[in-house]
Amino acid sequence: MSVVRVDLETPESRARAIRREADEPHSQVVRFGPDKPLRLDAGVELTPFQIAYETYGELNAARSNAILICHALSGDQYVIGTHPATGKPGWWETMVGPGLPIDTDRFFVICANVPGGCMGTTGPASRDPANGEPYGLAFPVVTVRDMVRSQAMLLDHLGIDTLLCVTGGSMGGMQVLQWAASYPERVFAALPLATAARHSAQNIAFHEVGRQAIMADPDWRNGRYLIEGTNPRRGLAVARMAAHITYLSDAALHRKFGRRYQDRDAPTFSFDADFQVESYLRHQGSSFVERFDANSYLYITRAMDYFDLAADYGGTLAHAFRGSRSRFCVVSFTSDWLFPTSDARQIVHALNASGASVSFAEIESDKGHDAFLLEEPELFDITRGFIEAAARARGLPSAGS
Amino acid sequence: MNHMLNRTEKPPATWRVDHVLMAEMVKPGARVLDVGCGDGELLRLLAETKGVDGRGIEISREGVNAGVAKGLAVIQGDADIDLADYPDDAFDYVILSQTLQATRRPRWVLEQMLRIGRHVIVSFPNFGHWRIRLQLLSRGRMPITDHLNDTWYETPNIHFCTIRDFVELVREIDARMDRGFALDRWGRPVRLHAPWWFWNLFGEQGLFLLSRARHAGESDPGRLR
Repeated sequence: MSVVRVDLETPESRARAIRREADEPHSQVVRFGPDKPLRLDAGVELTPFQIAYETYGELNAARSNAILICHALSGDQYVIGTHPATGKPGWWETMVGPGLPIDTDRFFVICANVPGGCMGTTGPASRDPANGEPYGLAFPVVTVRDMVRSQAMLLDHLGIDTLLCVTGGSMGGMQVLQWAASYPERVFAALPLATAARHSAQNIAFHEVGRQAIMADPDWRNGRYLIEGTNPRRGLAVARMAAHITYLSDAALHRKFGRRYQDRDAPTFSFDADFQVESYLRHQGSSFVERFDANSYLYITRAMDYFDLAADYGGTLAHAFRGSRSRFCVVSFTSDWLFPTSDARQIVHALNASGASVSFAEIESDKGHDAFLLEEPELFDITRGFIEAAARARGLPSAGS
Repeated sequence: MNHMLNRTEKPPATWRVDHVLMAEMVKPGARVLDVGCGDGELLRLLAETKGVDGRGIEISREGVNAGVAKGLAVIQGDADIDLADYPDDAFDYVILSQTLQATRRPRWVLEQMLRIGRHVIVSFPNFGHWRIRLQLLSRGRMPITDHLNDTWYETPNIHFCTIRDFVELVREIDARMDRGFALDRWGRPVRLHAPWWFWNLFGEQGLFLLSRARHAGESDPGRLR
């Protein structure tokens, strides 16, 4: 994968870069023609449909060592290695790689960009066949189930019948649960992290703040900014800043920044970023804008809002997992208030009630929701142990042999 | 990572004697819930020797980690709360090994176990053992033994009972006692056919197989009276 730094100087060049990445991504990509549309929950057939993905490690001859990683809201398929747009490392370098818990020396790891995303899977920045312009708001609303359906199409294309494990955190965890419900026979083991079986009212509310910030930016142009050569940077940055607070915890923010000043000894009696925490949030906002598309943010947050797995099964979550032979391991973090342990316990109760094989661990951490992405030795131990046991049960050779 | 694999792949040289005794009570292929499963060794024994479909609940993080790393299905949870979430008859056997005395509501826990499982296996330290009685009598201090070696202010064990106390509780909740043992300090059964006072004095632990009483008259069969 070649590293191409995009030119960030002007909104026009940024728009060109977004459109290029949407249609001609740096990743591997499968293009499905009119014979294979992505059938969306919205009642629309999305065609042509393309899915961009990365793989790591080798698929074994029995095709039994595949692990699917589902990315979160602001993630993408670049799990490890240098990101083509930012030049930064992948988002799960601590977890995935040779000898790491998700061991690329032994497993074939797949991660695909979700529909509605902006890294090469069809989304609002992709070319609308109706007029050759980026879809913008003409793009249909997608759901978590649509994401999973698209991944199943990819697996069919790759000739992989059953996944050894499907894992992911946050929205990735929602996809894991949806996988287990929609395709139980294709999921040997499921490892949902820091997630819930339905998006809470509070979380929908936070997302709405983000969407309103984007839509209030005059440069958003009713979603037509890519056509009109503008970029709603401020709106997207504010959305990211607000969301970022929800990914951390009071304790983590205090530990990192406290009330310390940024490059000054006293307040300036202005609205400059006097505090380190302000400066940090501004940086988070502006760096996000460099790699993410505002419309994608609208669509993907919407997909999470709509997620309510029990609702698809007569309101009883246990019915979603009825008869499942998959083995589950659910993980939550003590300081995660976005997807608190009570959400994880709901999943565990449903799995218990449906008779599924389930493990559950709440990990002590003050890092908030983001803990699943960070250095958490206990998470690594549990992931390693769970995947190792699944591999043994599937008859794969053990590590080191 | 290698240390973890070594731990999971090499069975220990010997299983705990009381674990083996419990495993003998379990029918092959049964569905088993081990409440307070610790590091999962009993579940592993049951999986390896009886091919059971086993699940565990464990309150300590270390225990959960160890269990998951062994490939067991272990849920971090509190028996005093979480048993309520399991459906009726979800398991063939529910096991409570050396945990009853650490629960806040032993009676409730026992009743829940009998609701969740068709059979219940319970083992607990016997506070009526002569060594404990002697310490209390001679020193006038809370007893500390090899088996119960925490000071009174640090022990997780908050509801001690004797074998006779336990038998009385079983009678009170109308459960049926199918088998019973008193075990010595090594977990071996003391004299099988002995009167209650003998077990209560010389057993370091009690180990019982219970089931729901089908009707009241059946609740107290044979020599276990």
